[in-house]
Amino acid sequence: MTTASDRNPGALLDRSDERLKDRSGAKGAIRGFLDRVRSGDLGSLPVVVGLVLICTIFQTLNPVFLSPNNLVNLLFDCSTVGIISLGIVCVLMVGEIDLSVGSVSGLASALLGVLWVQWGWPVALAMLAAMAVGFVTGCVYALLLNRLGMPSFVSTLSGLLAFLGLQLYILGPTGSINLPYDSPLVNFGQLLVMPHWVSHTLAVVPGVLALALGYRKAQRRQAAGLSSRSLGGLLLQAVAITVALELVAYYLSLSRGVPWMFALFVGLVVAMNYALKRTQWGRSMTAVGGNREAARRAGINVRLIYASAFALCATLAATGGLLSAARLATASQQAGTGDVNLNAIAAAVIGGTSLFGGRGSAYSALLGIIVIQSIASGLTLLDLSSSLRYMITGCVLAIAVIVDSLARRSRVSHGRA
Amino acid sequence: MAIPDAPPTTSRPPVLSLRGISKNFGAVSALTDVDLDINAGEIVALVGDNGAGKSTLVKILAGAHMPSSGSITFDGQPVTLANPAAALKLGIATVFQDLALCENLDVVANIFLGRELHPLRLDEVSMEVRAWTLLNELSARIPSVREPVASLSGGQRQTVAIARSLLMEPRVILLDEPTAALGVAQTAEVLNLIERVRDRGLGVVMISHNMEDVRAVADRIVVLRLGRNNGIFLPGASNQELVTAITGADDNAVSRRGRRTAEKAQGEQP
Repeated sequence: MTTASDRNPGALLDRSDERLKDRSGAKGAIRGFLDRVRSGDLGSLPVVVGLVLICTIFQTLNPVFLSPNNLVNLLFDCSTVGIISLGIVCVLMVGEIDLSVGSVSGLASALLGVLWVQWGWPVALAMLAAMAVGFVTGCVYALLLNRLGMPSFVSTLSGLLAFLGLQLYILGPTGSINLPYDSPLVNFGQLLVMPHWVSHTLAVVPGVLALALGYRKAQRRQAAGLSSRSLGGLLLQAVAITVALELVAYYLSLSRGVPWMFALFVGLVVAMNYALKRTQWGRSMTAVGGNREAARRAGINVRLIYASAFALCATLAATGGLLSAARLATASQQAGTGDVNLNAIAAAVIGGTSLFGGRGSAYSALLGIIVIQSIASGLTLLDLSSSLRYMITGCVLAIAVIVDSLARRSRVSHGRA
Repeated sequence: MAIPDAPPTTSRPPVLSLRGISKNFGAVSALTDVDLDINAGEIVALVGDNGAGKSTLVKILAGAHMPSSGSITFDGQPVTLANPAAALKLGIATVFQDLALCENLDVVANIFLGRELHPLRLDEVSMEVRAWTLLNELSARIPSVREPVASLSGGQRQTVAIARSLLMEPRVILLDEPTAALGVAQTAEVLNLIERVRDRGLGVVMISHNMEDVRAVADRIVVLRLGRNNGIFLPGASNQELVTAITGADDNAVSRRGRRTAEKAQGEQP
């Protein structure tokens, strides 16, 4: 290890520059957080503020809103569009868009109905086929972008129409196919919840993992002469996470409990977060979204990255479509139409993934969809018509994008683009 | 290992040697019969007017263009630089004028972009330590490697780009206009950095328009004019000589002022 003589000798490797402000300890952490927010690096702050606002408003208007029963239903509804939104996060990360996720999800549910119910395929095979169609769709978008330079906005817009047509075509004149009520898939989509002991056990896992991994990382950083987090801070964080999750698990267990479908969604979010933050693929995605030319010169296969983003997005959209078919126990012409598309995109943006690429996180799909579904659920409880629901959701999306744009401008002027 | 101020006629063979390089774009010959030698531990400045062929030459060295004719030898072995990856593999790193950094990523991520350690489970600690080691070896002044590159100044970005190119342990590094668009202090910082890179034993090729910067650090100044070699100068060469070689004209603003000053000086001190 070499430490140049004009640096403070004995200081940590990454804390030796005298221009660097001390940000260690609880006080420093809070001040660092305030600095970041002030410079426009908002992270998940707008969502949390928005969620608190929404809960307060709807709870005062209708006390059923925060009842455990309503929240369990909310989580069921979150999972289907949430998984679609997770795919949107992928394409937004590379600075592209997929407007056809709704149609692809509808097509997947129609395929499921036809292949499984009408043709008698095994359900797993029918699901795989639907997901494969999604995968191929994504690959086609990537091909159009990579080889023909067709903007994803246009190619996916035409995909939106084309796949909606295909969905109507394969459903035929009857227009909807009911899925068998007693099948495991429909059970999964409508009923299956964790036993209470499982949800309480799982609620401990994130805290323990955060503590164990955080402690190991801190030790490695210490051994390498880098600044590291204190054990106290890690413990505090782990305890806070565990207490919060246990409270949620307890509250939901007053009703039916935590849906398995929501657990699947959260599992996918965590896996995606790992892939985006801790793998070379995720780093390449962020780089392509930030500066495509720089990524290309760094030897990243930009075309492959685009292909992976689009393929993943469309596959997740198809998966979401299958789950929403299971949730409704039907494959209908309405599946995937209406607000599914925009809800999925809005959720990702509201959650803090930038429309401009290179900035975002898998958790934004989780947070964003909870906001969107809370609004939808609250408005339904108030017995408002869908006309008002659309208008209000539209306004929320507009506000989210305005916050994103303003924060971006502020980041640029504070040098944190 | 470092041989500061190695004389141009060193007994050791040059790391990289170009002989009779020509490059035609259709009917236009951008380079004609150009020779260039780059020794280890030496800064070669490549100067010339706009369109003199500097960028074309650097692109040939970086593997972005193939020469139409001529030979390239690396360590005495004839080589063909078919693509940028081949050049990089030989040990020729290039820092282009537009630095090609991702502003949304931090310094560590930028330095290791495309060559992350442990692709499936990024080894952030080792990468951060390696980044600090590199930056400290260059005595670079970057306050924090965990800040996004967007928050860095132009000179600091140049430093990150150079550190990034040093990660692969290259033998030769090509710098395209490293001091363009930099302030006075930042230019000095980058010039210091270039000398330290030279002192690590690397061959440095630096394209520049700024004669002062060139004479401050270069061990040899190679002038190109209209795609041909137009003389090799030592840093002691006068501005007038260089400008004459670059423009090809004896009569220009610099030479006229030079003559006036000389006449004045002669008039004052006979």
